[in-house]
Amino acid sequence: MPETFLDSTELILNMGPQHPSTHGVLRVILKLDGEKVTGTDCVIGYLHRGVEKIGENRTYVMFAPYVDRMDYVAAVSNGLGYCLAIEKLLGVEAPPRAQAVRVILTELNRIASHLFWLGTHALDIGATTPVMYCLREREEVLKIFEAYCGARLTTHAFRIGGLQYETYDGFEQQCLAFCDAFPARVDDYEALLTGNRIWIDRLKGVGILNADDCKAYGVTGPMLRAAGVKWDIRKALPYSGYEKYDFEIPVGYNGDTYDRYIVRMQEMRQSARIVRQAVQSLPEGPIMAKVPKVIKPAPGEVYVSIEAPKGELGYYVVSDGTINPYRLRVRPPSFVNLQSLDKMAKGALIADVVAIIGTIDIVLGEVDR
Amino acid sequence: MRKFLRTIFLIDLFEGLRVTLRYQHPKNIYTEQYPAERPQVAERYRGAPRLNKNPDTNETLCISCDLCAIACPEALIVVTSIRNPETRRKELTEFTYDTSRCMFCGLCEDACPVDALELTQDFEFAQYSRDGLIWDRQMLEDGPRPTPYKA
Ligand code: SF4
Ligand code: SF4
Repeated sequence: MPETFLDSTELILNMGPQHPSTHGVLRVILKLDGEKVTGTDCVIGYLHRGVEKIGENRTYVMFAPYVDRMDYVAAVSNGLGYCLAIEKLLGVEAPPRAQAVRVILTELNRIASHLFWLGTHALDIGATTPVMYCLREREEVLKIFEAYCGARLTTHAFRIGGLQYETYDGFEQQCLAFCDAFPARVDDYEALLTGNRIWIDRLKGVGILNADDCKAYGVTGPMLRAAGVKWDIRKALPYSGYEKYDFEIPVGYNGDTYDRYIVRMQEMRQSARIVRQAVQSLPEGPIMAKVPKVIKPAPGEVYVSIEAPKGELGYYVVSDGTINPYRLRVRPPSFVNLQSLDKMAKGALIADVVAIIGTIDIVLGEVDR
Repeated sequence: MRKFLRTIFLIDLFEGLRVTLRYQHPKNIYTEQYPAERPQVAERYRGAPRLNKNPDTNETLCISCDLCAIACPEALIVVTSIRNPETRRKELTEFTYDTSRCMFCGLCEDACPVDALELTQDFEFAQYSRDGLIWDRQMLEDGPRPTPYKA
């Protein structure tokens, strides 16, 4: 640390890596002037496993389970992005039924991810009740995952070219039952939080990041939309048949923590809408495209990005014609969004830093990879 | 004005409280009392591995093709076999499966051509030491024996 970092009036406070509200193993060095934060420094890498390097040493099929372990709260989205990237590299496309099932599961996963975010974020702020309700609904989603693909968290639900598993008996009914019950549950959370004075006082005007800052930092996902930019890859560059479904992109105005909360709540409702449409129009047919047994794409490179619950999740894959990728780079949304922490936390109070870290919705497995 | 009254009388807080009170009824309890109450996991659950035997002849179904070992990203399955000189077929001698490194992705199960290797619904296989997590053929065929829970 340079000498000038220490000033007589400045206090350096270490937050994390085992602080419960840093959502894993993020270490933040706070520079304080009294209660005020004058600067932050993030130290990451405590959860680094070298996922990208592992990718270079595994075949394309073998690497699929590893991507689940980056953003483990939204493993299905990770798997979808990876499968789409390799499918583009191979020039195949998943059959319509597989695409629809993929949409159903990724949207359910978006709901699960946002629910988990809401619960922990509220817990950080000091509202202990919502987390109980959020996890109850998340459990319903995880039960669908478990029945569909046999795992709850690191699902490995999709394969390159389609799906491994056909839907189980009662899949449609279970999804529809969830969609029926879910909006009322969101109303419950909103009754608990949206109008709550403490909640509003803690969130309104905290961690403001306007649209220009968002674009400058490359921030995507709900954070960008809360700043009023209507950008959603599902609409802008539709993949996996998203153009067939009717949904809206919720946007905020102020780009503060409260708006991000509102945007995510609306997104959950929209996701439930997409799930319902996808289930009702689930086509019959094969679930696996024709994919060679040994996947050996022609030399080339692709970049595919999808709208993960946290923002734009991109996969950049370079093939040299062998069975392993030559280079596999992941653009994780949390990592990019985390950069904006310094900008948002400057001038805030220590207690707000907790709210600001929570609102970015980081998963350290994805930040460190 | 309405907003002011809502603030004064803490309407929003009471609305939140109503949600909480609504879920106080015992039928709304969602917690599973594990281990006293054992959850029923899904049929496709990927849990403890098992090496299936033919129920009639009690012979292993495995044909020692080594496909599961090749499919595994973690390379944790070791299949050893000898060729029977009379029938000219490979016979399984030893099969080790290191559950401590396994991520239960199911690729080995998908690769098996005769459904010999299967990930079952068993989910309790915690051990006191790492050595206990390396399963040999006998353990794979008989399955883990968890200590029953006494209330
Ligand atoms: S489940 Fe996956 S990691 Fe475990 S042995 Fe099978 S292929 Fe290997
Ligand atoms: S793939 Fe199946 S049959 Fe082949 S070695 Fe493995 S368990 Fe035995």
